[in-house]
Amino acid sequence: MRAVLNHTSLLPVSSTTTGSASPVPNSYESLEGGSYSGTSLQSPPFGYNYPTMHPAYQQNPAPKPDPSPSHGGYNPPGYQPYSQPFPSLSELSSALGGLGGVSELEAETLRPVNLLQERNILPPKHTPPPEPNLSNDLRKVNCSPDTFRCTLTNIPQTQALLNKARLPLGLLLHPFRDLTQLPVITSNTIVRCRSCRTYINPFVSFLDQRRWKCNLCYRVNDVPDEFMYNPVTRSYGEPHKRPEVQNSTVEFIASSDYMLRPPQPALYLFLLDVSHNAVESGYLNVFCQSLLDNLEKLPGDTRTHIGFVTFDSTVHFYNLQEGLSQPQMLVVSDIDDVFIPTHDSLLVNLKESKELVKDLLNALPGMFTHTRETQSALGPALQAAYKLMSPTGGRVSVFQTQLPTLGAGLLQSREDPNLRSSTKNVQHLGPATDFYKKLALDCSGQQIGVDLFLLSSQYSDLASLACVSKYSAGSVFYYPSFHHIHNTAQRQKFQKDLQRYLTRKIGFEAVMRIRCTKGLSIHTFHGNFFVRSTDLLSLANVNPDSGFAVQMSIEESLADTSLACFQAALLYTSSKGKRRIRVHTLCLPVVSQLSEVFAGADIQAISCLLANMAIDRSISSSLSDARDALVNAVVDCLTAYRANGSNIQPSGLIAPAALRLFPLYVLALLKQKALRTGTSTRLDERVFSMCELKSQPLQQIMHMVHPDLYRIDNMTEQAALHLNDSVIPQPPLLQLTAEKLTREGAFLMDCGSVMYLWVGKCCNETFIRDVLGFPNYASLPSNMTEIPELQTTYSERTRAFISWLLESRTFHPAFHVVKDDASTKTSFFQHLVEDRTESAFSYYEFLLHVQQQMSK
Amino acid sequence: MEAAVFISSLVDCCALIFLSVYFIITLSDLECDYINARSCCSKLNKWVVPEMVAQALATVLMLVSMHWFVFLLNLPVASWDAYRYVKVPMGNMGVYDPTEIHNRGQLKSHMKEAMIKLGFHLLCFFIYLYSMILALIND
Repeated sequence: MRAVLNHTSLLPVSSTTTGSASPVPNSYESLEGGSYSGTSLQSPPFGYNYPTMHPAYQQNPAPKPDPSPSHGGYNPPGYQPYSQPFPSLSELSSALGGLGGVSELEAETLRPVNLLQERNILPPKHTPPPEPNLSNDLRKVNCSPDTFRCTLTNIPQTQALLNKARLPLGLLLHPFRDLTQLPVITSNTIVRCRSCRTYINPFVSFLDQRRWKCNLCYRVNDVPDEFMYNPVTRSYGEPHKRPEVQNSTVEFIASSDYMLRPPQPALYLFLLDVSHNAVESGYLNVFCQSLLDNLEKLPGDTRTHIGFVTFDSTVHFYNLQEGLSQPQMLVVSDIDDVFIPTHDSLLVNLKESKELVKDLLNALPGMFTHTRETQSALGPALQAAYKLMSPTGGRVSVFQTQLPTLGAGLLQSREDPNLRSSTKNVQHLGPATDFYKKLALDCSGQQIGVDLFLLSSQYSDLASLACVSKYSAGSVFYYPSFHHIHNTAQRQKFQKDLQRYLTRKIGFEAVMRIRCTKGLSIHTFHGNFFVRSTDLLSLANVNPDSGFAVQMSIEESLADTSLACFQAALLYTSSKGKRRIRVHTLCLPVVSQLSEVFAGADIQAISCLLANMAIDRSISSSLSDARDALVNAVVDCLTAYRANGSNIQPSGLIAPAALRLFPLYVLALLKQKALRTGTSTRLDERVFSMCELKSQPLQQIMHMVHPDLYRIDNMTEQAALHLNDSVIPQPPLLQLTAEKLTREGAFLMDCGSVMYLWVGKCCNETFIRDVLGFPNYASLPSNMTEIPELQTTYSERTRAFISWLLESRTFHPAFHVVKDDASTKTSFFQHLVEDRTESAFSYYEFLLHVQQQMSK
Repeated sequence: MEAAVFISSLVDCCALIFLSVYFIITLSDLECDYINARSCCSKLNKWVVPEMVAQALATVLMLVSMHWFVFLLNLPVASWDAYRYVKVPMGNMGVYDPTEIHNRGQLKSHMKEAMIKLGFHLLCFFIYLYSMILALIND
């Protein structure tokens, strides 16, 4: 039994030992302490690690005591010299030892890859997520992986098997995603299981025409009469042809049984900071202009209400009643006990008072230009907003530009700038006060969602402020060093984000429930919501841009089922006041062999779930614990694979093909702003990075963690996509190392929320002229933020490519053209995760470190 | 004198038993969805300090009356109570936080803790009862 306390692990420690890793010491000084200079590695020539390492490695002693001969040579019988991978599939099957009946697909995902030798680990195109091993008709109706994704597409039968695999089991959901095709069911009866209340889904079994068996609790239910008639095909007696049973993502119109009160109208309240700092930054102009442009497009109907509250050291309300000639400002200066000055007409019907609202928005930026107020009473303003909105609920959008210094919820500056690059523990990652959490819970109870826009240049304790959004299902947006003149990139980003934010779909007073097959249970939730009871998530507002994650455990053995199903049901009120239920159902096979578990591992989902777990760990325990646990996750998993696999003792670090990107993604995670140490990171940026990792959907997280790098100055039509008469070139994905950059090229890095176009010093002038519109490299401005629309083929091709990348993106990224000597250059190079920095490993060094840990 | 000490510890122990039972009932209500997380946590947080005070009182009584074995028996529980109270992160709403209680199996661990405390207090109850009767007889 190993010493549990010593082994920092994110996953439960198993009590069964199958050659699993021995206790690992808790201190990873060599990992944290910077230069990895204690070994035989000399500092290798930058980017050219691989050829020089092999000879050095050959001299190292065997990692594991080995009964087979050889000391220097590693040539057990039947094993080829390690410079060649396994040549044939049959040898693979025998090497994998007793799999029997392994399918082609599985053999491909289980193909051992020697990570130390494989230089081109990254596939040139995005690989689709792994397909579960189901029959074709089940596969066709299964939920889209963009909506519902599991870390292991083959669910292990027992908790012991899951522990053996040393991989986390969880689901990543994006339930309210914008969908192009959504079947809406308008029938009066919504068929649900009588005991577990699961909605009928494509994976139930019909025992005969009149009875169906629930796939989550196995209870037999009756088919109601109305269900026998199929409105789509106008036929009777075929319940399994109904749209609810043919689609795994459906939306039901909910009857009044699903309402606690009549559906609420859309209510939008904007809380604006108007202190001196805020006016200086100029965000008010951008906001007011953006809202004026999008006033018609705010989701809602004739009952939509809108209101404004501004605050500095006092709180100001605006009476926008229909008959008034101009908006009337009411100031409440008693911030210790904020009260609402009038009972109505602070939140007014948008249609009726539209002119007044427009007048207010036009006047607002000018009203505070000469303000001398430097204090900010955010807490009282939030309390006022709560009082204003509690009767109905809705959405509050808070715009804050500094630390709140007055009234309830005032915060102190906790960051010590000298400790930004500390390699020791990072402090103050959690909230300083429970005021915002309590307020968020109050708001959540009254169905008020609070979204936070932080536009500050100084420390503003985002760790405490973000709580108000986290538990009320809101979103957090952060624009560090926002200024409307000096920082045009941030201003453009703010503008574009506001455009999306104001016009995107929204659901009010929502709850979500995630149900699993009997035997599985959910034990941890990640995302912005409040967990009201064991599996009921209370979301005051639900929006199409937030993702959630849950972790599961296997309570009982799943040996008697071959399929495990998961259902996420989101009950919400649409902006038009209709109560709807969106149901997603996912079905996955259950397996009993460890190798099959590895074959079905979805490495992107695993990395995202591990990121969520690491952030939880860094807040509850410490950042270094979280980092150690991430490294241990890789070590444990690869050790488990090795222990389960063949008896061949190759040198090198062997991983199955399904997991070959695992160390790369974990290394990229360790270099994220949220989790990195040793590089100067402002506390607010770190906390915001953590918030993003916990609340974004999977695709955004993967772009953030492991950006896509393409070379775009020499894109050809080869293998290009032809869509709608435009030719979209498909350059291959490059690995994130400076080795792949060259001075003669131009490279595009897609990081999700920001895009960099790095132009090399000797880039060919045709590219610079035809795409960027400047005659030569030297004339490129240093703060270029968009590609001009020129009529050259190069320009059209490049723009087609970039717009194809952004097609399904909801928030448009900020765009920077990076010259060789610009300030954005640091951010660009920080994303090259495979390279070595003063405080972090290169990819190869990380692999060696993992191997070293595995052999302990 | 002995008898008085043991009578007061007995009463103290009874209070602690009732508190443990109350905790267990409230936590299981939360598990079965009879109450919501916020009301459960506010109820429990209200009694965290009284429990700590009662446990400390019992420990000090034993120390003062020089019953070392029972003192050493009570000391770990008292120090665990104090540790738990002090280690609450600043942003949490008390030892029982409604936003965290459903995460990471905290509900189960709190339940387990309450059960263990109940068992411990029952044990102490019988020890005090026996010692009290012994002391009363010997007087």
